[in-house]
Amino acid sequence: MITDNHAAVAKRLMVTSSPHIHSGLTTARVMWEVNIALIPLLAMAIYNFRFYALTVIFASIAGACIAEFAIQKFFFKIKPALADGSALLTGILLALCLPPTIPAWIAFTGGFVAIAFGKQAYGGLGQNIFNPAHIGRAILLASWPVYMTSWIKPGIDAVSTATPLAFLKDSLKDAGLLASLSESGKTAVEHTMLTLNISFSDMFLGMGLAGSIGETSKIAVLIGALFLFIRGHIRLYAPISMILTVFLGAYFIGNDLNFAIFHLLAGGLMIGAFFMVTDMVTSPMSRRGNVLFGIGCGIITLLIRLKGGYPEGVCYSILIMNAFVPLIDKMFAPPKFGTGGNK
Amino acid sequence: MLAPKTFSGGLHPPTIKTTADKPIIALPMPDRVILHVSQHKGAPAKTILKITDKVACGDKIAVAGGFVSAPVHASIAGTIIGAGNFMHPMGVPSQAVVIERDKEAHMTEYNYEDGLALSPEEIKQRIQESGVVGLGGATFPTHVKLTTNDTSKLDTVILNGAECEPALTTDHRMMLEHPDEIINGLRLVMKVLNVKKGIIAIENNKMNAIELFDKKLAQDKEIVVQPLITKYPQGGEKQLVAACLKREIPSGKLPLDVGVVVLNVTSAAYISYGVNYKMPLIERTVTLSGNCVKNPGNYLIRLGTTVANFIELAGGLKDDVPVKKIIMGGPMMGFGLFDLNVPIIKGTGGILCWDENEAAMPGSTNCLRCGNCESVCPMGLQPQLIKKHTDHRNWEDAFRLSVMDCIECGCCAYTCPAVLPLVQNMKLAKHMIHQQSIKDRKK
Repeated sequence: MITDNHAAVAKRLMVTSSPHIHSGLTTARVMWEVNIALIPLLAMAIYNFRFYALTVIFASIAGACIAEFAIQKFFFKIKPALADGSALLTGILLALCLPPTIPAWIAFTGGFVAIAFGKQAYGGLGQNIFNPAHIGRAILLASWPVYMTSWIKPGIDAVSTATPLAFLKDSLKDAGLLASLSESGKTAVEHTMLTLNISFSDMFLGMGLAGSIGETSKIAVLIGALFLFIRGHIRLYAPISMILTVFLGAYFIGNDLNFAIFHLLAGGLMIGAFFMVTDMVTSPMSRRGNVLFGIGCGIITLLIRLKGGYPEGVCYSILIMNAFVPLIDKMFAPPKFGTGGNK
Repeated sequence: MLAPKTFSGGLHPPTIKTTADKPIIALPMPDRVILHVSQHKGAPAKTILKITDKVACGDKIAVAGGFVSAPVHASIAGTIIGAGNFMHPMGVPSQAVVIERDKEAHMTEYNYEDGLALSPEEIKQRIQESGVVGLGGATFPTHVKLTTNDTSKLDTVILNGAECEPALTTDHRMMLEHPDEIINGLRLVMKVLNVKKGIIAIENNKMNAIELFDKKLAQDKEIVVQPLITKYPQGGEKQLVAACLKREIPSGKLPLDVGVVVLNVTSAAYISYGVNYKMPLIERTVTLSGNCVKNPGNYLIRLGTTVANFIELAGGLKDDVPVKKIIMGGPMMGFGLFDLNVPIIKGTGGILCWDENEAAMPGSTNCLRCGNCESVCPMGLQPQLIKKHTDHRNWEDAFRLSVMDCIECGCCAYTCPAVLPLVQNMKLAKHMIHQQSIKDRKK
């Protein structure tokens, strides 16, 4: 009987503002599902680079998680939120962008600064302007450029070699080589692929080519991205416009389909487009904003690859475009109901 | 059947309409009722009786306190034993009258008279006198919607049978059990407004209701049944008009401004009672559900019955499942009760008694800027941005971002991965801006 004890019932009632139900899709769940989406990439990284990859991944994750824990506990004095999986995610993403032979302490430092300077310095989760993993990578590239640009071929013997993009860039700089190539009727791309002994399908699957541990296999990226898309965690406006921009730009600049496909499959374009550009925190909110963001990333990537000092430009292009996100968001506010813009 | 329509934005919360097949059961009369003078949008009604006055069921105890106001009637026969401030379900003490039932009193009898034979003015008069307000929860006095100087633009009356709010099934049951009254109510309103087009809009998760009205209105040239795609908040007035007629009600305007009048289906049924029988609004259907309830179902209950009394009359709570949260209204827009001695009011569509599991909400984190709130907002607002401003008590910028257009549907907070109290922020901002505008007017 409720009247007998309704005062007692009322005392334990929870009173909150509406709505009283939630979709169940929480921050932690999003982060963990992105972590799950990275499993194919991690598997390919370990398959290709074995012990090297394992070392880099563990060192980077350790750096990221220790930074998250220490800063939240001793600096912000809040309960550390390692369980939400976001520090782990940053650690994994950074590791996937690092060369396999990098010493463990550098990978550890990278993970640490990624969280410390890339995320917590701004106030923690959701507050950062730039992608933390790419901040970590940019700091490492500036601090230890030699370690960050030494590459090996996958396999037990760990032969030093160049990444396809670096090799192509050097070939295009070498006037004598270009002259002899044009005599024999071969393009620089064909020369690169012949010398490095790789085909387009190798580049797609990630077999036998040098690069960051996570960027070599495009199929692994696509599987992860498909999972995220089906789960509704990423929208494809930005990645597709970035990839299309790079592809079409390379096609019209090089006037060669192979050149365009090469730029599509080489380097970190895919992992950048599907896992970095789609980062909720550092990308625009609106559909049109995301398209603009992706096109910007694509243009800057191409500029750096073709005209800049580095062979690869995905990391910097995304960081640069991250800075424009607040402006882009201001440009494309959603159409308000009742103003005639909503169809 | 017409092709189903819908609006842009919104989402699909679980419907949890477990009581949809439970017929409406009329509960016995309560021994005591608390009747608030403010059960509707607008000015509170003014009490006209004093303590110890005897009232018959249906007697007016408070007259409308203005044009945008509605009278309140005694829902049981008896004696007024109290008047003063009583706790309102919304959480503020407000003026109310308490009636103790006289068990010997005669039942009030209502005689039928064909309302459609009356003049439009007479019909409107009777609607106003019956105290009918929007029974979907907004409680806007119905006669105000029917008053317009310029009927030239007016062309459509829409009956809102969307009932998009999860867990509530009263409108659904009313449509199944009282379709003739609902259609009659619609015809009366169309006669008042001299409108030739009526639409009964029903979400397509209530196919039996759609089919029933389709069958009843097969020969009718004026009224059509419009199925709607099941999506929340399909029953929002602005969303409903946008879905049915592709007309957008401008910010701060009413459906009248785009030539439409929207009424809830249950309101239509009570319009029919009010006009044909001169029976005032003294009862309503309430869905009782949740894991803690012994007999979940749809109940017809006298207004002013306390929630505790209502739950008890309907069978009470389970002894072995401790209740954690009691919600008046639906899960998306209802409000959590803190006291069970508050009465059922005209806008109460449901009482949900939830246990620990049903009431559990995840903890919140920082905003991730995921943009979910923007993509689901049916009003095209930017909830996360408004929240940032309200967190800094920056009401001007919240106002600039059209926070006043927020319909408090709860889509943003429902979908927010950071589980931020977005709607609470909006409500606060609206309240503060409202207070400020009152202050400015006084200056």
